[in-house]
Amino acid sequence: MATTSHETHEHDVIVIGAGGAGLRAAIEAAAQGASVGLICKSLLGKAHTVMAEGGIAAALGNVWPEDNWQVHFRDTMRGGKMLNNWRMAQLHAQEAPDRVLELERWGALFDRTKDGRILQRDFGGHRYARLAHVGDRTGLEMIRTLQYHGIHQGIDVYMECNVQRLLKDGDRVCGAVGYWRKDGEIVVFKSKAVVLATGGIGKAWKVTSNSWEYTGDGHSLALWAGADLIDMEFVQFHPTHMVWPLSVAGLLVTEGVRGDGGTLKNNKGERFMFNYIPEFFKAETADNIEEADRWYTDKKNNRRTPDLLPRDEVARAITAEVKAGRGSPHGGVFLDICTRRPADYIRKRLPSMYHQFKELAGVDITREPMEVGPAQHYVMGGVRVDADSTASTVPGLFAAGECAGGMHGANRLGGNSLSDLVVFGRRAGLHAALYAKNFGGQLAVDRGQVESAARDLLEPLERSGSENPYTIQADLQQSMHTLVGIIRNEADLKQALAKLEVLKERAKKVRVEGGRTYNPGWHTALDLKSLLTVAECSAVAALERKESRGGHTRDDHPYTDDQWGKVNVVLRLRNGALQVSREPLPEMPEDLKALFKERQ
Amino acid sequence: MATTFTLRLFRGDAKGGTFRDYPVESEEGMVVLDLVHRVQASQAPDLACRWNCKAGKCGSCSAEVNGQPRLMCMTRMDLFQPGETISIAPIRTFPIIRDLVTDVSYNYVKAKQVPPLRLKPPEADGTYRMMQEDIDRIQEFHKCIECFLCQDVCHVIRDHEEKKTSFAGPRFFIKIAGLDMHPLDTVDRSRFMKDAAGIGLCNITKCCTEVCPEHIHITDNGIIPLKERLADEMDPVVWLLRKFRGVKPKTNA
Amino acid sequence: MIGKILKDQHGHVAGAVPAGPGAARPPITAAHLRKDAWWALPLATFVFLASFVVYSTWAAFQNAHYFAAPYLSPFYSPCISASCVHATFGGGLPDLTFPVIGLLSPAFLVLWGPGLFRLSCYYYRKAYYRSFWLAPPACAVKDVKEGYTGETRFPLVLWNFHRWTWYVAVLFIVVLTWDALLAFRFPAPGGGATWGVGVGTIVMWINVILLAGYTFSCHSCRHVCGGHVNEFSKAPSRYGIWSLVSRINPQHPTFAWLSLFSVGLADLYIRLVSMGIIRDLRITF
Repeated sequence: MATTSHETHEHDVIVIGAGGAGLRAAIEAAAQGASVGLICKSLLGKAHTVMAEGGIAAALGNVWPEDNWQVHFRDTMRGGKMLNNWRMAQLHAQEAPDRVLELERWGALFDRTKDGRILQRDFGGHRYARLAHVGDRTGLEMIRTLQYHGIHQGIDVYMECNVQRLLKDGDRVCGAVGYWRKDGEIVVFKSKAVVLATGGIGKAWKVTSNSWEYTGDGHSLALWAGADLIDMEFVQFHPTHMVWPLSVAGLLVTEGVRGDGGTLKNNKGERFMFNYIPEFFKAETADNIEEADRWYTDKKNNRRTPDLLPRDEVARAITAEVKAGRGSPHGGVFLDICTRRPADYIRKRLPSMYHQFKELAGVDITREPMEVGPAQHYVMGGVRVDADSTASTVPGLFAAGECAGGMHGANRLGGNSLSDLVVFGRRAGLHAALYAKNFGGQLAVDRGQVESAARDLLEPLERSGSENPYTIQADLQQSMHTLVGIIRNEADLKQALAKLEVLKERAKKVRVEGGRTYNPGWHTALDLKSLLTVAECSAVAALERKESRGGHTRDDHPYTDDQWGKVNVVLRLRNGALQVSREPLPEMPEDLKALFKERQ
Repeated sequence: MATTFTLRLFRGDAKGGTFRDYPVESEEGMVVLDLVHRVQASQAPDLACRWNCKAGKCGSCSAEVNGQPRLMCMTRMDLFQPGETISIAPIRTFPIIRDLVTDVSYNYVKAKQVPPLRLKPPEADGTYRMMQEDIDRIQEFHKCIECFLCQDVCHVIRDHEEKKTSFAGPRFFIKIAGLDMHPLDTVDRSRFMKDAAGIGLCNITKCCTEVCPEHIHITDNGIIPLKERLADEMDPVVWLLRKFRGVKPKTNA
Repeated sequence: MIGKILKDQHGHVAGAVPAGPGAARPPITAAHLRKDAWWALPLATFVFLASFVVYSTWAAFQNAHYFAAPYLSPFYSPCISASCVHATFGGGLPDLTFPVIGLLSPAFLVLWGPGLFRLSCYYYRKAYYRSFWLAPPACAVKDVKEGYTGETRFPLVLWNFHRWTWYVAVLFIVVLTWDALLAFRFPAPGGGATWGVGVGTIVMWINVILLAGYTFSCHSCRHVCGGHVNEFSKAPSRYGIWSLVSRINPQHPTFAWLSLFSVGLADLYIRLVSMGIIRDLRITF
């Protein structure tokens, strides 16, 4: 068979994905002296990190000197319903402040306290005001800072380049195959180490705050290469997104609205969150309006408002209110900040929200309440990694950010995502570079693997079929929305898996029109493979975990079960088949366990 | 309530192309990008167009709608008359790849040329102090989403291709302004501004400001203050005051 | 061209295959695709600016009817030549006579000041580059001329001296305020002077207030007052003044137009009063 023509680039480390984690990994690997290639599906600086609004959680203690890494660690573990990898949560809490200060040194301009330090805001599940932020566009600040720091570090950036398959040499990875979106030409990367930083899987759902890029590429690449995935049943449905107009349904409304004083109300004007305080958080949550309102200014003598319970709790509460017929006209609930804070304060603290509602919905949030509802936002599950090195179970393969699992357990706290990106992005870059330095033997790429990946790539353009990639994508999103949504049960999940089998068959018959030059139909067809893979992983893991915990709620198993609190659901591909197993969580050392015994 | 519009989309590449009409329905609250996606899903699956966030935050879906540079995701359909024919062209200042997608690498090349931040030494505790009033002004420039609409509309490079070598464009003037006005920065970028970035080519006709979807006052708060900073070199009053106050100049990049 | 720049940058900003020298723009030939009346604004700007230039030049050449006690036309203030009807500082400079033109109108001794201030003003530059130069006539509408050098060459490069003209403009505000104060002193019937207020007084005060608004909302003023500072927290008074100027700076174009009209109308009013065409209503005490 004729060899497919392709260009080849060689690096010590390639980083797939150029959001916060990818950029930070690339910067660190370059600092270690490695030759680094940074590959991204979009243009540099457009990654989904840009959408993060509220802030970056770090126990700097600028606003509340009582705050420290232990409190942050404890909040993170409790928010994750104790299912987190304790070591990741510990490293995260310990290193986040340094990473934030580093961003400032690289040019990030966080909002300031009166004495000129970084201001921190309240967010769900965080005991103290902890989120360093820039109004409500913190992600933009972070990615621009990393981007402009990164371009001076001698990193080669490959923009609008999709990676389709990892290359392996025996057990270890040795590179990747992809294509240029611009002209459809095939490109091969030879590298000693690969860092996955591809983000999430949100495009498998119909209503999501995620962009088109979130097709679970990193999850799938790792699974196909033989790595383990964990916690794939835990999908975060962030409670507040726009629900109207339809064209913007799923657009995120930052938790910062509630952090800055906004409250949730049903159509009777009741602050319903007081009715949904779970036993687990009773001791630390205000049970009356007066105490909740006092808490914003006096955190020592009052318990926090239930509006700022962890995201899974709030999302379930909103779903229940809407189901009970107490929702807003467009099927959400009301989020009111206009009656609680002055207009100037709202515009200054939440400029993007103000514009977003004004320009897209014609709603002035300084005068009217917002209509909001839950949408898919984040996946806690991902590539199983070693906490310290971010190494996956496949030699040479590292993962950081949303596509890595373990850090957030069953539910992620707001603000912990941006800090996760820079803490573990840096660790991934560092350890990938060290791995490359100690790499023994020759870096060899198997032509057969390249050929087979290239064949798969070109198939949708050449085969005779009649399926439209956009239709399959829409059908998949609809199935996941109705069957693997916020509330699941065995029958739905089994039905979802059956539907996925049908969709997989249909995907094999996709035929796209046009050529290889910037053809979104073709790109959509190619993304289907990873999208179907992660959808299946999520459904299989959800079927396996027979309890309710964090971002996984089963109405046929509505309670949290301590036995399930000791295991991760692990997925791996062996001989083409998806294997599911339950494996014990790493044991937390006694000194950290003690943090959970003390009185709150 | 559905209304039908005709999208007159540019289809083609560097070798040639033409505007083609696509009738498409719009529902309440929709934006131009929704209609483009509808065309993609039903009539022209290979229609090339960039987009990411669909929320006016990533700056990917820049195009020229009825001849005006805009983000497609932030252009609501109720801006138009029902039944109107709406032309959508790629941003014309950059080389075309296909349909609505252009090659914007000019901007990434220019980005790299800007001399980066170099900070003063930190406080005794190793951290820095900045007051909110010190950074209010530059936080405005940090709102930039790099949609490059200002670069597209700027006539210096839009109408004079040869100026691309010697002109950085509005996006990078506010980048420079953000660095130059940084309270902790120590780099003198005046040579760079004049020579490599070509600020003298800007005739402050303000189209960059008009098209900015983030409503950044690019000209009034960015470019003009930079021109004024350069004018300090020729101002005897400033010279005298600096001598008198003993102000130390920044060092060269 | 872009390809070459990339090479100089060691290829570290590899785009999705960077555009080479032959990379072509979208093959769209129309000068613009706008459907709105984009030409209306530059046309209106052209008409109003041109009318003002014509009127003010004509008025300056008149060398008459610029004073109707106690009102002095802003076009002739300060009046500093020997032949002044109403000399501001006692009248000092000798009269100049030129062939063809004859005696030089005292207006020309002063009009260069405000004239250059406006000509080099950041707002007027925008206005006339769009409406007279047609570079560009409107946003996303093609420049009319092929070549372009911006403000890099003589004479336009001189506009970088706008600050100098601002220093001069501030002096004019002082002088015109003095004129406006004098406009409260009316000649008394039996000789001497008496206090009073006339329509002309109000016209002159409106004019000087609008001119001050224009002068102090200027971008150069904003820079001098505090825009040059990087650490505002260390220069609180300059920060305060800068904040004030920043608040009116967005109205600079509005002040530019209003003060343009007011200065022309003030001259016209005083001219008509001095010619006896209209009577100035006034109250004296």
